[in-house]
Amino acid sequence: MRRRAVVASVIASAGVLIAGFQIGSAVTAGRTSSTTGTGTTSGGSASNSGTSGGTSSGSTGTTGSSGPAKDGTFTGATEQTPFGPMQVAAVISGGKITDVKVLQKTNQGGRSVQISNQADPMLRSEVLQAQSANVSTIGGATYTSEGYLMSLQAALDQAGFTG
Amino acid sequence: MTRATFETMGTVVSLDRAGSPALLDAVRAVFDAADRRFSLYRSDSELRRIADGSLELLDASAELREVYATALGWRGETGGAFTPHRPDGTVDLNGIVKAWAMAEAGRALGGDGDWCLNVGGDVLVSRAAGPGAPWVVGIVDPADRAGLLTGLPLVGGRRAAATSGSAERGDHIWTRGREAAEFAQVTVLADDIVTADVLATAIVSGGSATLDDLTARFDIDALTVARSGELRATPGIRELVTR
Repeated sequence: MRRRAVVASVIASAGVLIAGFQIGSAVTAGRTSSTTGTGTTSGGSASNSGTSGGTSSGSTGTTGSSGPAKDGTFTGATEQTPFGPMQVAAVISGGKITDVKVLQKTNQGGRSVQISNQADPMLRSEVLQAQSANVSTIGGATYTSEGYLMSLQAALDQAGFTG
Repeated sequence: MTRATFETMGTVVSLDRAGSPALLDAVRAVFDAADRRFSLYRSDSELRRIADGSLELLDASAELREVYATALGWRGETGGAFTPHRPDGTVDLNGIVKAWAMAEAGRALGGDGDWCLNVGGDVLVSRAAGPGAPWVVGIVDPADRAGLLTGLPLVGGRRAAATSGSAERGDHIWTRGREAAEFAQVTVLADDIVTADVLATAIVSGGSATLDDLTARFDIDALTVARSGELRATPGIRELVTR
């Protein structure tokens, strides 16, 4: 139950409300996060199987286990929402959710959303992987001329640093 | 390998590798002209005279009418999430003038150089792909403004990165309705700075529904930070940060 509660909270905070969300079919014990690339690829098609398995079988997986969550990728059933079909998968490692993937997006007003460019939840640790040492200029919400003195860009300018 | 900085329009411009003093002067002239024409805080600006009723919009300069028309076009494109009007009806072009002036400055600088123009945290570069290393934009962490969330290299056709926030300036973006903005910060990468800036503003104003709509309809990448600290990113951003 705990696992389901955690997943549900993540999904709710992602702005997606799904009534009666169920965790189904544990896809694989290996991590399949596309961004870390450290997963074991015993099946070779772990990340793809989430889509097909979850779509058809949905909520037939075990949901009654208590105690710490098992590691793996867990695909939720496809749920009908007021906005269209919706399906997500959660990657759990060490009892914690390390990634949430949206496998199937909603439609809006009968028009299919171009899911290839939709913004999905991302972990802070993932974006921090970027090489900030090579930063050549600073982007941020508009700083005023007063606020500029406090900004990182001001520090770069004072240092005469150019990329 | 030079960088020039100067103040204009209530913020600060940083320009890397302008190429020549004449080009730097040309850029300065673009921003000074925009400041004189569009700043509501200047009692003598053209836009201020429209706001106080002493000048009719129809009698305004061609340049002002063009920017206003552009802003109205974006209001339509964003379903009203971006608007050039304050809630009281005053025409406020702050949401587009800076980006519009940056685009003008970019045209003055030309596409052959290797320059980087940063105006108050919004960035336009000469080229997004070339023989040299790409320009990398460090994105400020809205929860810790002395820290960076990540670094985004401008590659492919992406020449522009604009960031809008609901925290730094309380009056910067008028959110729809009275509720607090859903996103603390929104960064948009696009091929041109006006698109990037307008859509970043629109997403802060309209929230996640606008985010989903605009990423589907426009060729942009977006990185959003919710008030809770949660991040969302388009696939293009994921590629950039895992390169």
